Amino acid sequence: MFYREAGQFKTTYLADSAIFPIRQDRIGMAVILAIAFVVVPFTASPYIFSAILIPFLILSLAAIGLNILTGYAGQLSLGSAAFMAVGAFMSYNIVLRVPGIPMLVAFAGGGLCAAAIGIVFGLPSLRIRGFYLAVATLAAQFFIIWCLTKVGWFTNYNPSGVITAQALEILGYRFEAPAAKYLLVLCIVALMALAAKNMARGNIGRKWMAVRDMDVAAEVIGIPQMRTKLLAFAVSSFYCGVSGALFAFAYLGTVEPEAYNLDLSFRILFMVIIGGAGTVLGSFLGSAFIVLTPIALNIFVHFLDNSVGLHVPASAASNLEVMVFGALIIFFLIVEPNGLARMWSTGKEKLRLWPFPH
Amino acid sequence: MQFFFEVLIGGLLSGVMYSLVALGFVLIYKASGVFNFAQGTMVFFAALTFVGLQEQGLSFWMAIPATLLVMVLLGLVIERGVLRPLVNQPQISLFMATIGLSFLLEGIAQIVWGSSARGLDIGIQDEPIQWISDRLGLNVSKFDLSAAAIAAILVAVLAQFFSRTRIGRALRAVADDHQAALAVGIPLKQIWAIVWAVAGAVALVAGLLWGARNGVQFALTFVALKALPVLMLGGLESVPGAIVGGLVIGASEKLAEVYLGPFVGGGIEGWFPYVLALVVLLFRPEGLFGEKIIRRV
Repeated sequence: MFYREAGQFKTTYLADSAIFPIRQDRIGMAVILAIAFVVVPFTASPYIFSAILIPFLILSLAAIGLNILTGYAGQLSLGSAAFMAVGAFMSYNIVLRVPGIPMLVAFAGGGLCAAAIGIVFGLPSLRIRGFYLAVATLAAQFFIIWCLTKVGWFTNYNPSGVITAQALEILGYRFEAPAAKYLLVLCIVALMALAAKNMARGNIGRKWMAVRDMDVAAEVIGIPQMRTKLLAFAVSSFYCGVSGALFAFAYLGTVEPEAYNLDLSFRILFMVIIGGAGTVLGSFLGSAFIVLTPIALNIFVHFLDNSVGLHVPASAASNLEVMVFGALIIFFLIVEPNGLARMWSTGKEKLRLWPFPH
Repeated sequence: MQFFFEVLIGGLLSGVMYSLVALGFVLIYKASGVFNFAQGTMVFFAALTFVGLQEQGLSFWMAIPATLLVMVLLGLVIERGVLRPLVNQPQISLFMATIGLSFLLEGIAQIVWGSSARGLDIGIQDEPIQWISDRLGLNVSKFDLSAAAIAAILVAVLAQFFSRTRIGRALRAVADDHQAALAVGIPLKQIWAIVWAVAGAVALVAGLLWGARNGVQFALTFVALKALPVLMLGGLESVPGAIVGGLVIGASEKLAEVYLGPFVGGGIEGWFPYVLALVVLLFRPEGLFGEKIIRRV
């Protein structure tokens, strides 16, 4: 009823292979983009920008990166935070050491460095599979963070091992206000998400999925395994790298290598799994879930404290948050193992049929 | 040379401690194909419960069976509440569920018993054995040696359990092929419940030893990260692999820290085991003793 494509005829191949072939999707997407680009910047408070929207977008980008690797190409990785760190620290160094380089070029440079490192740590994937590979990517996680901590060059020989990201300045405009930073991040994320979507539904994406479903069979039908897997590692690390650079420049400002620890890697993996592996939409849904849940729990505990008068000690409150977070993850995995994106597509199916049962 | 042997022996003995944690992983992976990331938290949970019960006035010998009971119950509840609803899901979903589980257990343990760090005394001192230092001039910790002995006993018991008892044979059958095991009448659910209970018991032993060594504190959950390279090196489904892997990782990690560490700024214990395991995996993709994965199209 609400979501029916009856009567929408496609008369050209171009229309048939469009990214949103159904009119309702196009309208929905336009509305979402309009809200994100026009309505939100004028209405949201600085707190919402800097505590919710900016981290949500940045982590979505990282989740898209990991989703390319894990969801599309089927290579489980636990080291995505390390690639974010590479992106952040290399962007910092590029801006620092190359005078007058445009900020966006520096971000791309950071991303490319992450991609190069990603290829190196992707090499074992040609021989190692499954959980062995997952644990092998932990080597990347621990080694890279150790390297960034120990080698002074990366932090410009700062004795405390912390970098302070340079001011965000593009074409002479300084992005200082939270709303401005938000718009910048939104532009980058939207463009890269579009690119990811197009890669995933094109030639490369199909190769990735073939390798994911069965790599030996893929090789037999002529998909070069090495190139495909390494490309997945490179693209994924590039996305993570850019996201890590944004994390440092637009969100935290001052970062140490430990900010990109194993915990962050796990959180990004949660986003992919809870959002839905192998979907770009899922990366956003998962990121929203992981970013919003702790904040919502925190507000809930404060609400208990202030309104109901039920006092929860600070230590118990943080433990309670961890507990509920863990329980929610288990709950979602049991209810919908294919992620929130699958929920959305079942919802669409229901909307198409409503009010008829079949 | 003497210093070298001292480091080597210290490393080997601490490697045995890693094996203890890795053993819990192997048990569950072998029988149900679940990579149980929560094993480290279960170790922490067991140690904290034990200390908590002692603080409630239970004596040492009373607290052990009580904690064992708690751990077995915990294993059963996990199997029933988390694993069974997720049967037939992709392995990665199960893995993520166990990460969620580790958050949940962390929270529960600390809410029930408080989050302050505590000591745990199991009556074995961490001091060099006089007899050996007199004869050979080597300092070998009494505690480490006892821990190694306990681990050896545990492995021997588990090996007997796997090869001699009815349940053990059923476990191996399940590990080989779920469906074939079901077809010959092995109760799969019961077997999984038993495995989780045994994993809980192994976590208790590991928790007691680790807790006695490093104190019972939140950092105890990170022993899982020490056990992962051990698992990879030894092979995910091999009990002897966990032991050999633990010895290799423990010894090489300590030797690398002492002889290689000063040249690169130290602190390499965190990643060296992983890189070592990675290098081994490049030559043997299923670890030293893991089952060969045969891929057919």
